[in-house]
Amino acid sequence: MKHIKTLNSSNLKTSLSKGGCGECQVSCQSACKTSCTVANQNCERSK
Amino acid sequence: MPMIHKFSLFDKFMVLDVNSGAVHVLDEVAWEVLNYFTSCSRDKIIDILKKKYDVEDITQAYLELKTLQQKELLFSPDYYDDMDLHHNGIIKALCLHVAHDCNLRCKYCFASTGSFQGRRLVMDCETGKGAIDFLISHSGNRRQLEVDFFGGEPLLNKDIIKQLVDYGNERAAQSNKDIRFTLTTNALLLDDDFLSFINDKMYNLVLSIDGTRQTNDRMRYQADGRGTYDLILPKIKKAVEMREDKSFYVRGTFTRYNLNFSEDVLHLADLGFKNISVEPVVADKNKDYAIREEDLPTIFKEYETLAQEYVKRYKIGNPFNFFHFNIDLTQGPCVIKRVMGCGAGTEYVAVTPEGDIYPCHQFVGIEDFCIGNVKEGIENRKTVEEFRKCNVLKKEECKKCWAKFYCSGGCHASAYYSSNDIHSTYKIGCEMEKKRIECAMWIKASLSE
Ligand code: SF4
Ligand code: SF4
Repeated sequence: MKHIKTLNSSNLKTSLSKGGCGECQVSCQSACKTSCTVANQNCERSK
Repeated sequence: MPMIHKFSLFDKFMVLDVNSGAVHVLDEVAWEVLNYFTSCSRDKIIDILKKKYDVEDITQAYLELKTLQQKELLFSPDYYDDMDLHHNGIIKALCLHVAHDCNLRCKYCFASTGSFQGRRLVMDCETGKGAIDFLISHSGNRRQLEVDFFGGEPLLNKDIIKQLVDYGNERAAQSNKDIRFTLTTNALLLDDDFLSFINDKMYNLVLSIDGTRQTNDRMRYQADGRGTYDLILPKIKKAVEMREDKSFYVRGTFTRYNLNFSEDVLHLADLGFKNISVEPVVADKNKDYAIREEDLPTIFKEYETLAQEYVKRYKIGNPFNFFHFNIDLTQGPCVIKRVMGCGAGTEYVAVTPEGDIYPCHQFVGIEDFCIGNVKEGIENRKTVEEFRKCNVLKKEECKKCWAKFYCSGGCHASAYYSSNDIHSTYKIGCEMEKKRIECAMWIKASLSE
């Protein structure tokens, strides 16, 4: 594309059927302890 | 409902397609075409924009937007309304308050300088073991469990930590599970012996320091009022050095007193600490250090400064990692996790030295929120149910918010402290969160060039 650059081609929708295993880290255990920032957690399966 | 978020930051025009999570960088023509894309026909758009841009460019930008829409990467449908959230009573993470006591008197401490509004107390071994048994017996089919040693200051109870790590590992092995231990400490009592124990056994280490000496010592001081910067810095340096490639964070808090917190973050980076988290204070709005709405423009500028510096340092090979700018656009968490959020009161709970269970560390000490005890188990099911129902698809404000799959409904405790209701949102927090997400996306765009 000439006018648009897409940074990521994956779609959240696909994680609807594949996700939900619950093995990933709980967000407040990682660093913050005061705020919820879930989108920066790693998916345990993609490691 | 399809939803997009358009924003421009510095040199970039960007669009997030909320339901797919796709992020696009547009040039100026496409950005303008997008303004009319859903309300006007192609001919009409050409008519409106032809004085400013080449007709061919307008047409091409229009077609590119159409292609993205067809691929469900722009204005994509919402598939998540009746999503199954897999709530099954599984608890997989504990915040273990091994000491409700502290050797510091930090001004903003939500734990009321370590005592959590109750008596000063340290956890005994039996209660700690009970908590681990509770975790294992409530963890269902989950293999990966988590225990964070927290306080007060957990290092006031070092022996118990060591015993509980051994016990936890033993119990986990018997149950074919794995526990990741983490520790959050003010660093004052770190010594060589304990540091090697940490390096051996702790998956992550969180070390508290707020930034420059001035910032740190204004809020983080000892009982006699003396600051802690000079005492903790050598210890934190040592700890980080020993950590090598193992996970750690230096973690600070910013308040109304240091709204120029980008300086503190960069100070920490200059000290060689490459994993940094500096976060807004959680405080009663009547405190003079609490963040006010009128501070937001200053805070936004600070995040922007940090984002620019982040990219600059990355490009010259001297990068640092700022926790709130971490965002993985391709392999981040699944949408189920993004909707469920922090898991407070559902898959994550905090346990006090007495063995009482609370939805998370921030609710500890508020009687109404006590949900049980490690001996008797969960008793206050009504409160657990409230937390279960509290998610981004249910909160009115969040349903229509573009940031919902990144923020996941925010912190229930901040919502509670700002409006007495875990189902509400903490507005100032929302604004800061949204700004951080925009900055994080801009960083991704800048680093992809
Ligand atoms: S920013 Fe606020 S409104 Fe938006 S999802 Fe987060 S908590 Fe909800
Ligand atoms: S309620 Fe807030 S402090 Fe508690 S676990 Fe959730 S995000 Fe963390």
